[in-house]
Amino acid sequence: MSPAVPLIEAQGLRVERGGTVILDIPLLTVEEGEVLSLIGPNGAGKTTLLQTLSYLVGPFGGTLFFRGRKVGPDLPVLAYRRALAMAFQDPLLFDTTVFENVASGLRIRGVQKREIRAAVREGLALFGIGGLKDRSARSLSGGEAQRVSLARAFAIRPDVMLLDEPFAALDPRSREPLIEDMQAILRRTRTTTLLVTHDLMESLRLSDRIAVMDRGKICQIGAAHEVLNAPVDEFVASFVGTGTILEGRVVRNKGDTVLVSVSGSGEVIESVGAFPVGETVFLCIRPEHVTLSVPSGRAGQESPLPTSARNLFSGAVTKVSPMGFYQKIDFDCGFPLVSYVTLQSCEALKLAEGRRVTASFKASAVHMIKKTADPAESP
Amino acid sequence: MELILEGLRKAFWLLVTFDPEVMGITLLSLKVSGIATLVSLVIGISVGAVVALSRFPGRRIAVTLINTGMGLPPVVVGLFVSIFLWRNGPLGFLGVLYTPTAMIIAQAVIATPIVMGITVAALQQLPKKLRQQILALGATRFQLVLIMTREARLPLLAAVMAGFGGVISEVGASIMVGGNIKGYSRVLTTATVMEASRGNFDTAIALGVILLVLAYGVNLVLTRIQQRERPR
Repeated sequence: MSPAVPLIEAQGLRVERGGTVILDIPLLTVEEGEVLSLIGPNGAGKTTLLQTLSYLVGPFGGTLFFRGRKVGPDLPVLAYRRALAMAFQDPLLFDTTVFENVASGLRIRGVQKREIRAAVREGLALFGIGGLKDRSARSLSGGEAQRVSLARAFAIRPDVMLLDEPFAALDPRSREPLIEDMQAILRRTRTTTLLVTHDLMESLRLSDRIAVMDRGKICQIGAAHEVLNAPVDEFVASFVGTGTILEGRVVRNKGDTVLVSVSGSGEVIESVGAFPVGETVFLCIRPEHVTLSVPSGRAGQESPLPTSARNLFSGAVTKVSPMGFYQKIDFDCGFPLVSYVTLQSCEALKLAEGRRVTASFKASAVHMIKKTADPAESP
Repeated sequence: MELILEGLRKAFWLLVTFDPEVMGITLLSLKVSGIATLVSLVIGISVGAVVALSRFPGRRIAVTLINTGMGLPPVVVGLFVSIFLWRNGPLGFLGVLYTPTAMIIAQAVIATPIVMGITVAALQQLPKKLRQQILALGATRFQLVLIMTREARLPLLAAVMAGFGGVISEVGASIMVGGNIKGYSRVLTTATVMEASRGNFDTAIALGVILLVLAYGVNLVLTRIQQRERPR
């Protein structure tokens, strides 16, 4: 599936501004067809990385290879830039019609008129905005404008799509459908994509791999479940781990609920929702919805009665960390699970590292999101 | 009052009869200021775009100089252009002093900083990321300048208006380098000055009215375009 030569290979990327190193990445490879998201807090260097990869900002140290060719000596910078397309947080449309906007990247490349018409039609159709073709870009709503901006980038049919927080400025009503459409588009076009976002959910939904960045460095890069289940350090953990997020595959559809087998553990979680069997999903469980109990001597109190809509797992506490009025309890029951308990409960249950507990949460407490691209099950 | 009414009557008469001398003066005014404005647009927009879009040492000083140049007194321009074009001056070999060509040069010198200053301001008003977006669409540096200028076309219309308005109404430079020669280098402003100094207030008023109508007409057309395309 993945070719021997990565689509993009960046070696020793280093950007300094005013004596401060704002980007320092020894090695980054992007494989053909993958969606890689860059997440991290503001100032982590996500956007700088995107701009550096696209030669948009001033001098930087390091070397870029595109399909194995060194950008500069083997491949002219302009030719390299023209293999990429980029969309930003703001639509940045030109003051002309929607058609001309979507055509602009192709006009810049001197593409034939007939080809431009076809590519524009396709780009507009991709984002479901064919009807806006002749409208003035000024008359569009925020959501429409961002669709035009993305259609303009896709119309180029780039080898690599760079997206810099493309959904961040949208209100939820236009944001949700656009993310859903983007999932379908990425799945269908298989466009190699780098997505900058500070929204973990957004990156989980859209990407194959996640790179967590902080202070100009990539802290961890890997498949979603690797980053979620095995964060390499405190920073990554704190950034991705406000609750429990698990990757899994739907193994049975019971109508109102589905059974999801958690990747890497084989445990099965029941969750309210309807997804077809075989679908890869993320399960998000908020810590306050997970209740803990301890096997005790009192009969009948050992554990809550298992009902059809309840998940029960037993495991050992791995960590207890204070969080104000609550204690955050990490424990391992074949997969990592996080729970918040009050200080009183914590004392009553005598929670400490290594203590065995039973965790329960309702099937309705599990929030499921669909993962976009899974190379194994491409249509 | 009598004087003004008489002047207006005469002006009306000169206009409806297409008085050949007045027509000649008017056409020359339009030609000289029109060409001067075109020259200033070419130089002003291209240099202004470079100043606005690139980073180089001394850029801030350059912007300050351009802005200062926007208020260049026409008489001073006339003086220096005269000195340069003087028979013994550095450009004396051209032999264009006291010709419409000299007037075009002087007026272009006046209008260029105006156009340049407005161009710099107009381009800097565009969103910062727009430049990155255009480059990310695959533009060369030349295409970048072209597209940015196109995006700033509405404020740039103001540059055309200001440039043309500045030169069609200036008199100091035109009289110094053109010489106000009858039927050759006499334009509306220089003719107005001359007629008024001779006491021919009626003719002076007529010429003044034509000048006003011209300036109004040109600005009316440009304003129409600007308002029609104005962002909502």
